[in-house]
Amino acid sequence: MNLWLLIVGCVVTTALVKAAGPVVVGGRELPAGFLRVVALMAPPLLAALVVTAALADGQRLEVGADTVGVAVGGLLLWRGRSVVLAVLVAVMVTTALRAAF
Amino acid sequence: MPYAVVAFVLSMSFGVLARQAGFSATQAIVTSALVFAGSAQFAALSVVVSGGGLVAAVAAATLMIGRFLAMGIALAPSLPGGPLKRAAQGQTVVDASWALANRGDGTFDRWLLFGTTLPQYLCWIGGTVLGALVGDLLGDPDRFGLDAVYPTFFLGMLIAELRDRRSRTVAAVGAVVALALVPFTPPGVPILAAAAASLLGLRR
Repeated sequence: MNLWLLIVGCVVTTALVKAAGPVVVGGRELPAGFLRVVALMAPPLLAALVVTAALADGQRLEVGADTVGVAVGGLLLWRGRSVVLAVLVAVMVTTALRAAF
Repeated sequence: MPYAVVAFVLSMSFGVLARQAGFSATQAIVTSALVFAGSAQFAALSVVVSGGGLVAAVAAATLMIGRFLAMGIALAPSLPGGPLKRAAQGQTVVDASWALANRGDGTFDRWLLFGTTLPQYLCWIGGTVLGALVGDLLGDPDRFGLDAVYPTFFLGMLIAELRDRRSRTVAAVGAVVALALVPFTPPGVPILAAAAASLLGLRR
């Protein structure tokens, strides 16, 4: 595969996707129901990103060392610790588990 | 700026993984500088590594950032100027900045958006440079648990978003939908499908 073509393709689609909302919708006032839907968009997207990143390997579901690492990081976040600390601990737990097994 | 630090770690792992997928250091750095979307970059990379084609890789990256379309629509009423200026301002949307700039009432603080994106952008490039240059020395990056960075980071953003019962409900629905689709659809699709859970907001 020509990786430069891949890079150009990703640059173009990313720029278009990011520009589309602001340009097409413009400064128009939007209906309240629409705004409620948009306000609710982040939680399911983030939840889906978390569970697929932690549990899916391609099209397979599996629990791995990274699943445990993310869970421990999540526990720290739940207790109000900082994102940086949680990420560092998640990486360390994952690394340690992989080294042990 | 915890998000800038996370951006640095995340992009460093991108730099390392990209080198192993056959990118030159220059290609890895150019990708981060011009695409500047972690989920898109990792999605494209995972297709390349698994032997997929050019179209599949670009499509996976595009699907992965489908959420920026929704984020841009939400942001639109808060941006001034003509089409070109609006398009340019739209480029500053990344997950963390968008979430931080969201006032929660349908409007956005655009200067907070720009201000939180800039340090993340600089760290994003810096991390990629470091990862692309030292990646060869590390060996197998999976050994170091770098793949735990990305989901933990998003988990932090998710917890901040769970303000009320409704947001918790749609998050749970989104997670279940995504997991149920993983075995049956190409990577990226489950995440987009999960966004449909936000339609619950149409109910009062």
